[in-house]
Amino acid sequence: MSYNMNDITKSIPRRGKLIVVEGIDGSGKSTQLRLLEKWLVSRNMPVFFTEWNSSETVKQITKKGKKSGQLTPITFSLLHATDFADRYERNILPLLHAGYIVLADRYVYTAYARDIVRGCNPNWVKKIYEFAIKPEIVFYFKVPIDIAVDRILSGRPRLKYYEAGMDLNLSNDPYESYRIFQSRIIEQYEFLSVSENFTIVDGTMEIEESQRFLRSMVMKLLPLQFAKKNRRPRRQ
Amino acid sequence: MNYKTIRSLRGKKLRKGIFYGHAIPYLEDTEIKGRFIVIEGPDASGRSTQIELLSSKLEADGHAVLNAGLRRSELIGQGILEAKRNFVLGRKTISLFYAADFADQLENKIIPGLRAGYIVLSDRYIYTLMAREAVRGISSSWSRNLYGFALRPDIVFYLDVDPNELVHRVFKKNSYLDYYESGTDLRLSDNMLESFVMYQKLLRKEFKRMQKRYNIISINGNRSISEINEDLRKRIDVYLQNLQNY
Repeated sequence: MSYNMNDITKSIPRRGKLIVVEGIDGSGKSTQLRLLEKWLVSRNMPVFFTEWNSSETVKQITKKGKKSGQLTPITFSLLHATDFADRYERNILPLLHAGYIVLADRYVYTAYARDIVRGCNPNWVKKIYEFAIKPEIVFYFKVPIDIAVDRILSGRPRLKYYEAGMDLNLSNDPYESYRIFQSRIIEQYEFLSVSENFTIVDGTMEIEESQRFLRSMVMKLLPLQFAKKNRRPRRQ
Repeated sequence: MNYKTIRSLRGKKLRKGIFYGHAIPYLEDTEIKGRFIVIEGPDASGRSTQIELLSSKLEADGHAVLNAGLRRSELIGQGILEAKRNFVLGRKTISLFYAADFADQLENKIIPGLRAGYIVLSDRYIYTLMAREAVRGISSSWSRNLYGFALRPDIVFYLDVDPNELVHRVFKKNSYLDYYESGTDLRLSDNMLESFVMYQKLLRKEFKRMQKRYNIISINGNRSISEINEDLRKRIDVYLQNLQNY
């Protein structure tokens, strides 16, 4: 009676492309993905953009739990998995089947990194997300912790409780806690970047330069006619 | 009492540890003084009646009793109800939603209760969730991993009621068949009654399959309330007595 759901999804031809950006807050990944989206839309490609922790059904509950401060690491992890599964089952997978280019601002790797840092068992976390297909490409935005922290703190007066990793009791000072939490996440990303074959982007590069790199990499994944069209100089 | 003494107290079968799979790392050294009893069974099998009766009896005997169950967490329980009402969620999403709700209850209610020395009576547990997932085509290895953080109960009872008998009990209670309890989402039959019986048979089969792995004690639930209660009470008494004699 029981069979693996992965078997079904694997048997359906998938025509779309899944492009993922990963990296800590302030690494510049979201800016780059938005620029990539603009570019693909301007070329009339069917594009869908999806963000971490954004399913309408689940978001409210996660928010409520975060406010109450009673989320334990396992509950925290499972709520994010629910959020991901909802977006995956309703958007990501059907859109990929329909031939869309799906741009994901964070994917399962964010869950791996954060949940493992919070003390969940790595095998447990990975097995939960095993239904998620492997992306065509994962851009990992690598940036020194100081730069990322500066970028985040300059735009924001206060850090939120879970954002700063205060639930981990790393430090009573939210800023210090945030820094330790983020550097532990970087450690996890470093492991993943090898095992999951990330494409590394130097997060300290100029925005334009990074974007050129991203576009050149994405171009390779797209149909030939797209590449040709792109090289043709614009008519005045 | 610490983890090791619990292991020795619980004898051979449960020596594997107090969690089923990957334990909650930060809870590994939890001291658990209470007892954990689970009653499983389909809707209208008499679970809540039995739990009420058992609670009164145990309290009369001088035990502190705490009741728990599925979809009871303040945080998430309501959200699941709303989401189900809208018929929008996919199967993996629903499973994870339930798991999150369960985790919240386990960590914020069941474990604190057991630490404080309560007898925790749970109205359903992970077995119902795993059975529902299995009949919906979700791989059992995925489900087993998902609930790996669950605490191993001391005793698990399954109130086994013939699905054809169950229908009558449901009608006595509600006069209609619940959408999900009838497995309507599985489209087994256009006839709601037939769908209900087929769905309950599938779940029952899953319980039979899980029985050995999880040491589930099957209780003949086709009998009267008092007969079932006497059966449960005897078994619990024997269990508690054996613990004292160690």
